[in-house]
Order: sequence, then structure tokens, then C-alpha cells
Amino acid sequence: MEGLIIPLNHVLIVAALLFATGLAGLMFRRNVIFILMSLEVMLNSAGLAFVAAGAAWAQADGQVIFMLILAVAAAEVSVGLGLVLQVQKRFKTLDMDHAQKLNG
Amino acid sequence: MLQNIWLIPLLPFVSSVLLILTAGRLPRRLIAIMGAGSVGLSALIVLAVGMQFMELQTPYSLTLWVWMQVGNFAPGFSFYIDQLTVVMLSVITGVGFLIHLYSTEFMQDDSDYSRYFAYMNMFVAAMLILVMADNLLLLYLGWEGVGVCSYLLVGFWYKDPVNGAASRKAFVVTRVGDTAMALGLFLLFTELGTLQIQPMLEAANSRWVTGDTIPAIAALLLLGGAVGKSAQLPLHTWLPDAMAGPTPVSALIHAATMVTAGVYLIARTHGLFLLAPDVLMLVALVGLFTLLLAAFTALNQTDIKRILAYSTISQIGYMFLALGVGAWSAGIFHLMTHAFFKALLFLGAGAVVHCLHHEQNIFKMGGLRSKLPIVFWSFLIGSAALAALPFTSGFFSKDQILLSAFELHGTTGISLWIGPWLWAGGLVGAILTAIYSFRLVFIVFYGEAKTEPDRQPGWRMAAPLSLLCILSLIGGYFVLPLASVFPTVAQHQVSHLVEGISISIPLIGVLIAWLVYYKHSLPVEGFTESSLGKALRNFWYSGWAMDKLYDTIIVKPYTGTANAMRGEWLDRIYHGIVSLCQGSHALLSRTQGGKMRWYATSMVFGLIILVTLLGWVS
Repeated sequence: MEGLIIPLNHVLIVAALLFATGLAGLMFRRNVIFILMSLEVMLNSAGLAFVAAGAAWAQADGQVIFMLILAVAAAEVSVGLGLVLQVQKRFKTLDMDHAQKLNG
Repeated sequence: MLQNIWLIPLLPFVSSVLLILTAGRLPRRLIAIMGAGSVGLSALIVLAVGMQFMELQTPYSLTLWVWMQVGNFAPGFSFYIDQLTVVMLSVITGVGFLIHLYSTEFMQDDSDYSRYFAYMNMFVAAMLILVMADNLLLLYLGWEGVGVCSYLLVGFWYKDPVNGAASRKAFVVTRVGDTAMALGLFLLFTELGTLQIQPMLEAANSRWVTGDTIPAIAALLLLGGAVGKSAQLPLHTWLPDAMAGPTPVSALIHAATMVTAGVYLIARTHGLFLLAPDVLMLVALVGLFTLLLAAFTALNQTDIKRILAYSTISQIGYMFLALGVGAWSAGIFHLMTHAFFKALLFLGAGAVVHCLHHEQNIFKMGGLRSKLPIVFWSFLIGSAALAALPFTSGFFSKDQILLSAFELHGTTGISLWIGPWLWAGGLVGAILTAIYSFRLVFIVFYGEAKTEPDRQPGWRMAAPLSLLCILSLIGGYFVLPLASVFPTVAQHQVSHLVEGISISIPLIGVLIAWLVYYKHSLPVEGFTESSLGKALRNFWYSGWAMDKLYDTIIVKPYTGTANAMRGEWLDRIYHGIVSLCQGSHALLSRTQGGKMRWYATSMVFGLIILVTLLGWVS
């Protein structure tokens, strides 16, 4: 446990790029499946940053938080997929721009 | 028994609260038992208290708790019982119970049976607190309580807007007087440092001498309250309209109890009024003018209840006259006998209305003497007592008032010579009283029948009527033990001529009514059909056009000003706030478009702005 071999900055840049990719997917994708996938990408980018930081400071906390993120992601996906099924059933489409009945 | 006097107002109050909380879900029998029974039980307690009190003869006071404490101002929730209170308590619970019993039948077909008794019981509780209070603040609580109940009961049949307007009028007009009374309480407290009636009167006596300005102002303000509540000039206009309520309500509130609260107030604080002889003179004059004005008006009304309403105003005028000339016990005596015979007349009128499909115009009645015998006898006895025919109850009390007025021996100003004039005015009122009350009897019960009664009063209506008949006949022989409460008045020593005139005047009035309305042998049509007669009749029919006068000088300018102020600039600020809120609401609700990607994007940008700001700040 001698810390990180590659510089921490590099890992963080990769994580930021991943996060930006996921965010862009969340904002620009219309298909609800892809939106969920983008969410996963964002969660994983956060996880990557945690793991890298944990390694850099030689602390176990980073990995602990990653486990938590995994659990959250699993829970989120199970609910999310349930919603996807409902969306498909009710609107006969997965395009979220057509599912906007809840307007105020 | 005396330590249990708190039960007297509590019983009707508890019954009222229960009736309100159950909101008419109880069976009618139980409602009737609770409504009338609670007042009946109170009456029994009053009877026991009265018996015990006759032996004790010393005032008794009971403090339940201190109501509130602010500095040295600590009005207690405490009661004070003396002879005057006992008399008032007997009238309220006794007559009140009879009227409640009568109501159980009168209101039988009404869908709001429970609400009616809830209000009635609340009224009785408030009225009892009013007369039992040992300080003016508690009295004021009861005073406002009866005002609210009067409002609720006048507008009892609220679905007709006319009744709502009448109840509002009753509330607002009495409020004018109540404001004056509140100011009077403030003045008395700042000057004397207490509102407890007996210490306050003692303090007033030691602090001021007769004729000082401040007691005169205080007495004037209290008189304002009394005038409003007791429907005297110039605040009497609400009472005739208050007849919109159910008839037993008129009997209880607008004849026997609430409207006499003003008389009670003045009698209770008579020590203060004695310090202000000018105000006391004003009381007498208010009484005299009111009794004459109301008597002339009663002579021209066609609605059976409005006749009785104006006659009530007129009779309370006699009580004020009595108070004004210092005949305190005569005033209270008339209060009691009036409660008997006027409640009787109102209940009788209620029975007529009840049996005649809610017909109230006396010219559509007639010939009811043989068809409603109980009601006929009630009305005859009630009218005889009202007209003060010899040996009825009204005769004794009114005679005392008139003789006291004749003997008025003032020391200053107009009170030196005005006594006989007050007496003469009272006599004019007496002859008018006899005429209008027997006009009522002859028109309603004699002549040809115009409407057929469709039912007969049952025992719950007949029993109170008969009991009140008896009381109206023998009430004059009661000796009220008021000597220790009020300063003693010298025995009457007037010539037999004066006494004879006082006795014969009502008889002349009855004779006139008999000639005009029964025999039709006096040619009055020639006068009443002339243009002057017609104008006078219309003028008196409208109650000396007082309503119109107030409408012109107060209501119209007020609503006019209110309308003119409607578009002024201060309002625009508030309208601006409203439009701002509505505009931003419309704008913000646009963002709730239901588009999920839009939500996500706005969250992202919101977060970016937030983080940037946080970085900036720190």
C-alpha cells in the first residue's frame, strides 16, 4: 500500500470526463434506457474518484463508499427498470419527451 | 346553598355546550328535556337561594377564580348576590323556564330544534352572568354574551336575507351603545382603580361630590350602553326589526330579560348616577320621550309582533322614567311585572301566529275569542296588565312610577319643576297604552273571523300561558325586598285627585278603544282618512321616520364614502402585490412542463450556479 502509482490528477480527469459524458447523456438522450445508463456512468465516475482518492491517501474509506455507491446504483436500477416497464406499458414508447402528462 | 350559586349559570351553559357539540344528533325529546330542564333546575336553585337569602339579608359574594391579573387590575370571576340580584335571577330563570317549556312545542316542527335550544340556553347563561357579576368587566362579558345570542336568535331563520339584515341591525345598533359603555368602564377604571361594583361605588362617593364632571361623563357613557341594550331613544330602532326571530325569542330576549339589562345596569350603579343629577334627569327625559314616541307608533302598527315590540320600548321607557326620578325600586318592580305580562302577551301572540299559519297581520285575524279561548284569556289579562287596569300587576308598578314622577323634588335646574310634567307625559303614555293594547284585543279576538285556526295550543303552550296569567294578575302584590339596596324614598303623599286621575286614565283609554274598534261609533275615519291624518299615520307607522333619518344621515353617507374610497391609491399597492404573486405563479408553473429532460437540465444548471456562488462567497 504505497499509494497510487499513476498521478491522482489523471484519475480525476478521467472521472470528470466520465461524469460529463454521463451528464450529457442524461440531458440529451431521449430514450429512458439510455438515461438510466447515463446515470450509471455518472455514479461509476463518482465511484472511480472515491477509489482513487482512497488509494492516494491509503485509506479504506474510499472503497467503503464505493461499495455504498454500488448498492445505491443497484437499488436505483431496480426501481428505474420498474418505471421503465410502466412507461412502456402506458405510453407505448420509451421516448421521455412523449411522457409529459405531469405538467403543472 | 349560597355557596352553590355558581351552578345557576353553569347548568344552562353546560346544556348549551352539549347541544352545540352534538349538533342535533340527539333525539328531540332529550333536546327538549336538556333545553328546558337545565333552565328549570336553575330556577329551582334560585328558589332555594332566594329562600335562604330572605333569612340572611346580607349581600353574599363568591369568587371562583381570578380572571386575569395585569398589574393591580385583577377582575375576578366572582358573583355578588343581593336582593336586586335575587329579583333579577328569579325573573330570568322563572320566566325563562316557562318560555323554554313553551318553545318545546312552538318549535316542534322546526328542523333546527337543537340549535334553537343551544342558543337559548347560552343566552340564559350569559344573562345570569350579567346580573350576578360582581365587577363591571364580568358584567360586560354577560352583556356582550346576550348581545351575541340575540344576534344568533334574531337571525335564527337565516335563510331569509331579511332576517339576516334584522339581526345585523340589532347587533350593530346595540354595538354603538356598547362602545360607549366600554369607554365608561375605561374611564371608571383609570379614575377609581377598580371595576368591582361595590368598592367602586364607595370610592366614587368618597372621591367626588354631587355635580362633578367626571362622574357625569362616566354615568353618561354607561347610560349610552343602557340606551342601546334597552332600545331607548336614540338607539331603539333595532328592536322592532328584531321581531324577525321566533316569537318565544322575542318573549324571552326582547321583552322579559335582555332589553331590561340597561335598567339593571343603571339600578346597579345608581350610586354613580346619584352623583350626576343632570344625567339622571336625562335618564328620565329619555324614558319619557321614548315611551311617548313608541306608544304613538304602536297605535299605528298592523303586525301583531311589532305592536308588542313598540309597546316593550314604551314600557322600558317607563322604567327609565322611574330610574330617572330616583324611584329605583319602582323601576325594578315594573321590570318584573313587565316581564310577566309582556312575556304573556308575546307567548299569546306566538300562539295566535302558530295556530293561524304564521299570519301576523292583525287585520287578517278576528273573531278568535271563541276559537282560541286560552289565548284570548291570556291576551285579555296581559293587555289589562299592560294597560295598568286597577288590581292587575302593571297597575301597581306603573302607579308607583307615575306618583314618584309627580313627587320629584329636585334641587337644581329643571328638576325643580318638571315632576308634574313627567307625570302628565306618563299619563298620555298610559292612555295610549290602554288604547293600543285593547285595539289589539278587539281587532284580533272580536269581529268577524277572517282566518281559521288549524290547531289548538297543546299543554306545553297552555301551561306557561296560564302560569303567566296568574303572575300577571297577582304580580303586583309581591313585595320586593329592595329597601336595603336602594336609598329609601319617602312615602307617597299626593292628593286623591292625582291618584284618581292616575287610576282612571287607563279606563278612559280602554273606553276609547272599545268605542273605536269594537262599536265603531266614534267617527274617527273622518280624521284618519284626511290628508293630515294619512300623513300622520304614515309618519307614526314608520316609527317617526327614525329608520329613514338614520339611513339618510349615517348609513348612506357611510356606504357612499366607502364606495368612493374603493379605488384609492392605498388599495392599488395591495392589488399590485396580488398581481405580482399571480404573475410569478403563472411564470413558475410554466416550468413545470412535465418534460423530464428539462427538469434534469435545470437541476444541473441550478447546481452549477449554486456551487459557483458558494465558491465565490467562501
